[in-house]
This record gives sequence, C-alpha cells and structure tokens, in this order.
Amino acid sequence: MGFSPSGFQISKFNGNEVQKMEIDQNKLKNVRKAGLYSLIPGLGQFYNKQPFKGVIFIAIFLLFVFQMAIAGIPALTGFITLGTTPRVDHSLFLLIKGSLQIIVILLFFVFYFLNIYDARRVATIWNVKGKANTTAKAILKNAWDSGFPYLLTIPAYLAMTFVIIFPVLVTLFTAFTNYDFYHIPPFKLIDWVGLKNFLNIFSLSSYRETFTSVFSWTIIWTLCATTGQIVLGILTAIVANQDFIKGRRLFRIIFLLPWAIPAFITIMSFSNIFNDSIGAINTQVIPAINHLLFTDIPAISWKTDPFWTKVALIIIQTWLGFPYIFVMVTGVLQSIPGDLYEAARIDGANFWQKFWRITLPMILFATAPVLITQYTFNFNNFSIIYLFNNGGPGSVGSGAGSTDILISWIYKLTTGTSPQYAMAAAITLMISFIVIGVSLIAFKKTNAFGNEEMM
Amino acid sequence: MGEFMKSQKFARFCNRFFTYAFLLLLSLIIIYPLLITVSTAFREANIVSFQLDLHSNWTLDNFRELFTNTLYKNWYINTLIIAVATMVLQVVIVTLAGYTYSRYRFKGRKYSLVFFLIIQMVPTMAALTAFYVLANILNALDTYWFLTLLYVGGGIPMNTWLMKGYFDTVPRDLDESARIDGAGHLRVFWQIVLPLVKPMLAVQALWAFMGPFGDFLLAKFLLRTPEYLTVAVGLQQFISNPTDQKVTLFAAGAFLAALPICILFFFLQKNFVSGLTSGGTKG
Repeated sequence: MGFSPSGFQISKFNGNEVQKMEIDQNKLKNVRKAGLYSLIPGLGQFYNKQPFKGVIFIAIFLLFVFQMAIAGIPALTGFITLGTTPRVDHSLFLLIKGSLQIIVILLFFVFYFLNIYDARRVATIWNVKGKANTTAKAILKNAWDSGFPYLLTIPAYLAMTFVIIFPVLVTLFTAFTNYDFYHIPPFKLIDWVGLKNFLNIFSLSSYRETFTSVFSWTIIWTLCATTGQIVLGILTAIVANQDFIKGRRLFRIIFLLPWAIPAFITIMSFSNIFNDSIGAINTQVIPAINHLLFTDIPAISWKTDPFWTKVALIIIQTWLGFPYIFVMVTGVLQSIPGDLYEAARIDGANFWQKFWRITLPMILFATAPVLITQYTFNFNNFSIIYLFNNGGPGSVGSGAGSTDILISWIYKLTTGTSPQYAMAAAITLMISFIVIGVSLIAFKKTNAFGNEEMM
Repeated sequence: MGEFMKSQKFARFCNRFFTYAFLLLLSLIIIYPLLITVSTAFREANIVSFQLDLHSNWTLDNFRELFTNTLYKNWYINTLIIAVATMVLQVVIVTLAGYTYSRYRFKGRKYSLVFFLIIQMVPTMAALTAFYVLANILNALDTYWFLTLLYVGGGIPMNTWLMKGYFDTVPRDLDESARIDGAGHLRVFWQIVLPLVKPMLAVQALWAFMGPFGDFLLAKFLLRTPEYLTVAVGLQQFISNPTDQKVTLFAAGAFLAALPICILFFFLQKNFVSGLTSGGTKG
C-alpha cells in the first residue's frame, strides 16, 4: 500500500477522538442530523455551514427532479408498458429510452449517497476539529486535493457507462421481451414475456439441438485455436531467443507481421486463399507438396466441407494470434535471471528438465492473465468466423451454419431475414455467464487480481 | 572423451539445423499468404486464381480504379479521422485513469476497474440494434463522433489495466520526493511520471489507432451512406458478393490500408516488449 498523497485520507478518525471532542457541546454537529437533512441534497451542507456546496447540491437535485418530471416519468411508464397503441408507440424506442433513464437514475443515486456521505463526514470534521472549510475557495481546494483521483477517472467512467453498461442493460431487458420478426415496431408492440426465451432454448427441440451443436463447436474452437496460438507463440519465442541465431531481428519482424496487419484484411485474404477452386492452397500449395514429397494429396474442399472449414479456421487463428504471445513470452524469457539456469546446469539438469522446471512455469506464471483473456477472446471471436466463410457451409438449424460459434449465431439471429432479437439477447446473457464465470474462476486460481499491489 | 565431444557437436549441429529450419518454415508460412495479397494488388482484374504469380503482367490499374471509380478515398479519409480522434481521446482518458489506479488509494478502487473488466466481457452483439436506435435518437447516424465514442469507451477497461501495470513499474520514490519538494498533483503527473511511460503511450496510441481500421461490425451498423463508410466496411463490399468478387481491387485497397499501420507498427515494436511484459503480466 504505502503511498498516499497528502490531504487524501481525511475521514479516518478513531472513536476516542470523537468522544474527547463531545465535551465541547456548543460546537457539536449532530452527524445523524446532518445525514437526515441531506435526504434532500444540499440541506445537510447548509447545516454544516457550507452554503456553496449546498447550492450546487440542491441545483443538481432540482435538475434531476425537473428531468424526471419532464422526461423521466414518461420514459419509465413507457418502459413498463412498452407502448399501448401499435404504429403510435414505438416499443423499441421506449425500451431504449427507459434504459437510458435507468442509467440517469443510477447516476443520481451515486450522487445522492455521496451527498449524504459528505454531510456526515463534514459534520464529523466539525466535531473533531471544531472547524471545517466554509468558503467556496477552501472547498474547491479541498475537492481538488482529495477528489483528484475521482476527477481523473470521471471521463473514463462516463464513457464506459454509455458504451459498456448501456448495451448490457438493453441486452438484459431485451432478453425478457418477445422482440422478434412477428413483433417489429412500430407496426407491432413488443411485450414483456418473463423467462420465456430462456425456457425456449431448452424446451423447444429445434433451439435446443442448435444450441447444443453450436455450443460444442464453440468450446472445441476456443480450446483448439487458443491453445494452438499459445503453443506456437511459446515455441517460437523459445526457439527464436537462442543467442546463436543470425538475423534474429529480421525473424522477429517477420513474426510480427500477422499482428501488424488488420485482422479483417488477412481473414478476407485467407478466405480467398482457401477457396476450393481458385484458392492458392488447392491450386499451388498442395501440388507443390505433392511434387516435393511424392505424395498424392487431392484438392481439399476447405469451404464446402464443415470439417475442413473448421480445420482451416483453427489454422488461420493460430497464424493470426501467435505473434502477440510470441512478443510477450520473449519479454518474459529475457527477464528470467541467468543464475537460475546456471544453478540448474551445475546440478546437472538437461535441456528438458530446465524447460519443464524453469522456463515453462516462469512463462505461465507471468502471462496467465493474458492467456486467459486469449481464451475469452476466441470464445467471442466473431470476425474470423463471419469473414472466412460466414459460418457456413450448410446449416445446423435455427439459422446457424455448421461452423457458427455462439457469437456469430447471435449475429445471424439479429440480422437475418427473420430476426430473433429477444432470443439472441437471451443467448448473449447465457454466454456472458459462462465467459464471466470461467474467467473469474481462472483469474482467482492464477491470482491475477489477488495481489493488493496489483489492484 | 572424443566420443563425447563428437556427440555434443552433433547435438549442437542438430539444434542449429532444426532451429533454422523451424524459423525459415514459419517465415515462409507467414510471408506466403501476404505476398499473394500484395501481388494480387498489382495484377490485372481478370485473374482466375488467387495465388502467388510473379510472372504475369504487373499493373497499377487497380489503384487507379480505386481512386477514380470507387469511394475508396472517402473511406480512407473517414477512417483516418476516426482513428486519430479515437487515438487522442483514448490515450488521454486511459492515461489519466491508469495513473489514478496506480498512484492513488481511493474508495472503490479495488472493485471498480475489475467490475468494468468483467462487464465488458458481455458481447454487445445483441445490442447493436440498441446502438443503432441510440444513434437515431441522437441524430448520430453517419457521424464520426458517435463511432469514435464507441471505440474509445470499449477500449478503456483493458487498456487502463495495462496502463496501470506500466505506471506501477515507475518507482514511487520519484513522485514522493517531488511532492516533498512541493510539487502539486499535476506537476508530479505531468513532469515526473508521464515522461517515464512514453513507450507505453506509444503502444497505446498505436493500438487505439489500429482499432477503427480493424473494426467493421459497428461501422457497418452505424454508417449507412456509401460516402461515410470506413475502409473495412468498404473493402468487404468488394468481395461480399460471391458472383462478382473484385478480388484485385480488394487486394489493392487492403495493401494501402495495411501499409501505414505496418510501418508505424515496426517503428514502435521495440516498445511492445516492455509495454506488454510489465503491463500485461504480473510478477
């Protein structure tokens, strides 16, 4: 912990100090009273003789009340009913405006509790010190000192609220509606249907079968592609890190290329390269291999046979993803102290013993959090599935192609000719539970956030 | 003894042989598909196969076609504007937040960033419609700022995390002694700590800049007018129609889009190792 800038830990007073001060009755501020006054924001601050703060807090409060009266209440009722007359009420707009209003209310609640907390805190300061900042200037200075960390993070939080929290809220709400191609606003109304979508995934046999099929391929895909890129990345880093190699810099630059080029470009190129009839793999690579090794491999139906499409996808993702691991592991390798290997050599350890006992554990320990995020990334790696073969070939029912993973199936459910928005939202939530659950367990096991110095 | 030396020499030779074989083979596997795309960019439009062909005629027709008969120039400029805006905004926000998380102890510190790291794992795929509607409400379809905001916001949690890790590697004695000398919050940040994290700033800037070049999903949903598209969405149109694939045009456009990023990438790659190992890992 150690470091904390001056003027920052203000509100830490122990019980003794407070009691000692209680003797001086006439300067005493009632902490509870200050908190109670602040149930209407600003009043507690007036009670604490901080009119400047009080005016600002009351202004924010009135602004909120005004906003609620003008737009908030209609937005919330619209959110609850999702509209009553088709063609007049647009259910989707109502849902989204409702979600935005809920965010506004949540933000207000954060302010509200801060306001009560502030009133109680300043009252305590009165009790302990017998004085508190009452002028606008002193309050601003104090806010600058103790509020500095909050000031710096406010832009980040505002952006994240609207870009991350907002879509998650809308997805959450949509999952409990019947928003699909039978209910496209404004011609039809959307309604709340409770848990129906979640039950349908398991009870409707068509959805259940598609879900099982897509889900199992998603798992295989995640494990194979990610493990592939991790193994190749670590292997390349170890091989390329040997001292005797000439042109190490050049190799390193070449190995970075797949990362340096925007993925959509390489994926679309690979989509052409793996083309059954005109692609380089079938017209150039396989003939070359046959020529060199005197084998007789026929052209492979990369884009029309689900099995080979899956193989191609895993190969391409390994190609795309290994440089990142390679760079990181190279850094770790260069930071392993040479003494370790020296000691191992004196103890008579051979290459493999050094690898399994020193190198690999060091790498895995240092990079575990990133490796986990690689798995979650591929679990939701939409671009490669969509751009390589659009989830095809063929279909496994309910709009999903044979190489669709959950995320690309969701995309098809929301953009196809007969969109199933609510179902897509429900599946999204289920995916999220899986991904978040698994990564939380993994992060905990690898102690990624555990260390207080880290977080 | 002679036998032993011999076998050791042999082992060393084997090691070198397989090392170089591995490195060369991997280089070939990486360069070959890229060369195919690059060479296709310089070939005549009536090609019958997408393969490496160094014999047929080289031409700049595809590039001429791109700039005269398609909206490629518009797309490129759009992408550049969005990418630069994203870069500036994201680097500023992430640097401020990363610094805070590294240097200050405040209420909610431990859980707030982890909370956002977890929440951002929820795929926004099903909420694309929500963004579309929001853009409609705000009258922000076909605008730069809305898309920029989405890119910036989405990149904050992970990059703040990496940035914080990098700030952690700057010794705290430095700012403490500056503080004793009477430097305020801003001075310590601006004059003491910030100059020491320049490598990571470069990495962050590059990643933020690359984002808009790589994304086509959000752009596809929120940009509806052909002139306002980004490079990614525009290029996809060239090859999305199975019966009329403009492969050479796509390759030429892809080449031009990848080139500046590649160059930046290699200028900055030295920073990656330090940025990634101290920011992305622990210990």
